[in-house]
Amino acid sequence: MQFTGTENYIASRDLSIAVNAAIQLEKPLLIKGEPGTGKTLLAFEIAKALNKKLYTWHIKSTTSAQQGLYEYDAVSRLRDSQLGDEKINDISNYIIKGQLWEAFEADEQVVLLIDEIDKADIEFPNDLLLELDKMEFYCYETKKTIYAKHRPIIIITSNNEKELPDAFLRRCFFHYISFPDRETLKEIVNVHYDNLEEDLMQRAMDIFYKLRDKRGLKKKPSTSELIDWIKLLLVGKITTQELDEVKNMGTIPPYLGALLKNEQDKEIVVKGY
Amino acid sequence: MFIDFFLILKNNKIPVSIGEYLTLLEALDKDVIDHSVDDFYFLSRSILVKSEEHLDLYDQLFGAYFKGIETINSEEFMDIPEEWLKKNGERFMSPEDMEKIKAMGGLDKLLERVKELLKEQNERHQGGSKWIGTGGTSPFGAYGYNPEGIRIGQDESRHRRAVKVWDKRTFKNLRDDVELETRNMKMALKRLRILSREGVSEEIDLDKTIIKTSKNAGMLEIEMVPQKKNTVKVLLLLDIGGSMDDHIELCSQLFSAAKYEFKHLEFFYFHNCLYEFLWKENIRRWDERVNTVDMFNTFNSDYKVIIIGDASMSPYEIMFKQGAVEHYNEEPGKVWLERLKKNFKDVVWLNPVPEKEWNYVQSIEMVKNIMDNKMFPLTIKGIEEAILALKNSKLGF
Repeated sequence: MQFTGTENYIASRDLSIAVNAAIQLEKPLLIKGEPGTGKTLLAFEIAKALNKKLYTWHIKSTTSAQQGLYEYDAVSRLRDSQLGDEKINDISNYIIKGQLWEAFEADEQVVLLIDEIDKADIEFPNDLLLELDKMEFYCYETKKTIYAKHRPIIIITSNNEKELPDAFLRRCFFHYISFPDRETLKEIVNVHYDNLEEDLMQRAMDIFYKLRDKRGLKKKPSTSELIDWIKLLLVGKITTQELDEVKNMGTIPPYLGALLKNEQDKEIVVKGY
Repeated sequence: MFIDFFLILKNNKIPVSIGEYLTLLEALDKDVIDHSVDDFYFLSRSILVKSEEHLDLYDQLFGAYFKGIETINSEEFMDIPEEWLKKNGERFMSPEDMEKIKAMGGLDKLLERVKELLKEQNERHQGGSKWIGTGGTSPFGAYGYNPEGIRIGQDESRHRRAVKVWDKRTFKNLRDDVELETRNMKMALKRLRILSREGVSEEIDLDKTIIKTSKNAGMLEIEMVPQKKNTVKVLLLLDIGGSMDDHIELCSQLFSAAKYEFKHLEFFYFHNCLYEFLWKENIRRWDERVNTVDMFNTFNSDYKVIIIGDASMSPYEIMFKQGAVEHYNEEPGKVWLERLKKNFKDVVWLNPVPEKEWNYVQSIEMVKNIMDNKMFPLTIKGIEEAILALKNSKLGF
């Protein structure tokens, strides 16, 4: 069982090694990298490649670790008690299972994605230490310990908005997805558009890299932007001649909005031309 | 195995622990990777390094420690004795080794011999440790003697890359001592978050609800609390013009990062040193001034003050009245800085001038003293320390 990327996802050698090592040693894999380099996508592709079910837990600024385990709906239990509902006698009726619980309880090994862990409160990763280490947790309400039947493959992504605590990092494998080089990027574009004209691609890449090299950009365009942009070029039936013009005459590239997501960035580019 | 390498990492301030070391051994034991140095590099990197800031340092240390090994590319790479690694690290040969080389007909002859051996080994698919054995010390001595001269592996293009992965140093710009981009700055500034509950009640307060409900004889009564929000207040004072022109890009980056990060952000400009007035818009600096005293009175002491300036000026501008370069000041800059310190509990000074140059500018030392040493370089690390100083005013620097 080795992950080497899929037909839609080019995994570099170092990424596949990190993924396979994490799977074999049953440790969570922490993925960082520029936005748009395929961090979140990785979990989906691993699940697809290894034919496993995927559970996703998207973290928001208000998410607490407990929500991933379970939530106890005390309010509805109280309400039911006033209505004299029989359900209230069994507390487990009011336990809402979180993604972690679901993943632990699955009958076969699954992939669990904890997406954008840095969005949550600073203490959030610390609250998950035991859960990720031992793959078990205690449910106070039902007085039961939940064990993972099969340790799930855990992929954690971070956008670096907050630093993660050391104790948490110790338990993870780490991989930084760096921006792909030209060759890899070509491969990536190829898996998305398999019959793209070589000429068009060549020119699109030239323009793309030139944009990335522009100084002072707030958000450099990344892989996902390039893929969107090429789609627009195809839909808009932009010809290689037109792209040549952009390159040689220095006009503004078509559909610039797909590449740059920021007013000031656009201004920098427009001024530069 | 690799204990020395592990200790080198540890001594060079890459935060590694024994747990990770054991994990690495476990991974090797479980044959997670093929036996190639490239794969070993990727594997060890993902286990031992936990932050992109350390990747570059790791690459350098890995390169230094494993220099030479990558040419072996053997199936038994993992069995290389520790002594050999140590020896290789020493790089220089003993006089006896030199003699041996001469006896074999000089370095060029030796090289040919090594290549022959290498080919032989390929054909027979033998392990590299044997090769090391038969090759004796001389081939490696030779490598040490002339590390650039013999690139056995590359001559025969047995490697895919001309440059070793770790020698590319792709992660150089992620180190924390380099100057930063806004994103990194935002990250550093984010540590100044002080969360507290304010505003509209949106979240259910379970404990209070239960208490109230029980008091209400079991009739449900829901209690709400506001969400937690960042309530830190920041006052930014920016030096502008003159010697600060060199640093304008960096400062505007920090400014935009701060603007995004703090809801309660106020900013003022000054020139060189703090005096009796400040201004909000640089174009109208002579028309629309704000009295510094008014500023003191407007913002209460729980505002955290960040001053950004190069503090590079003539000492007169700090110590004497009428010392300012642009106007006639009644009181010296020092007095105003002291007042600022008295008025606000937490004040730090961020300096875009690289720290190692501070000693050469007298005024920087002076300002630093006035600021109780709370002057930090404008790098991620510096900002982090500054934030620490802002969060805890009792910390000494």
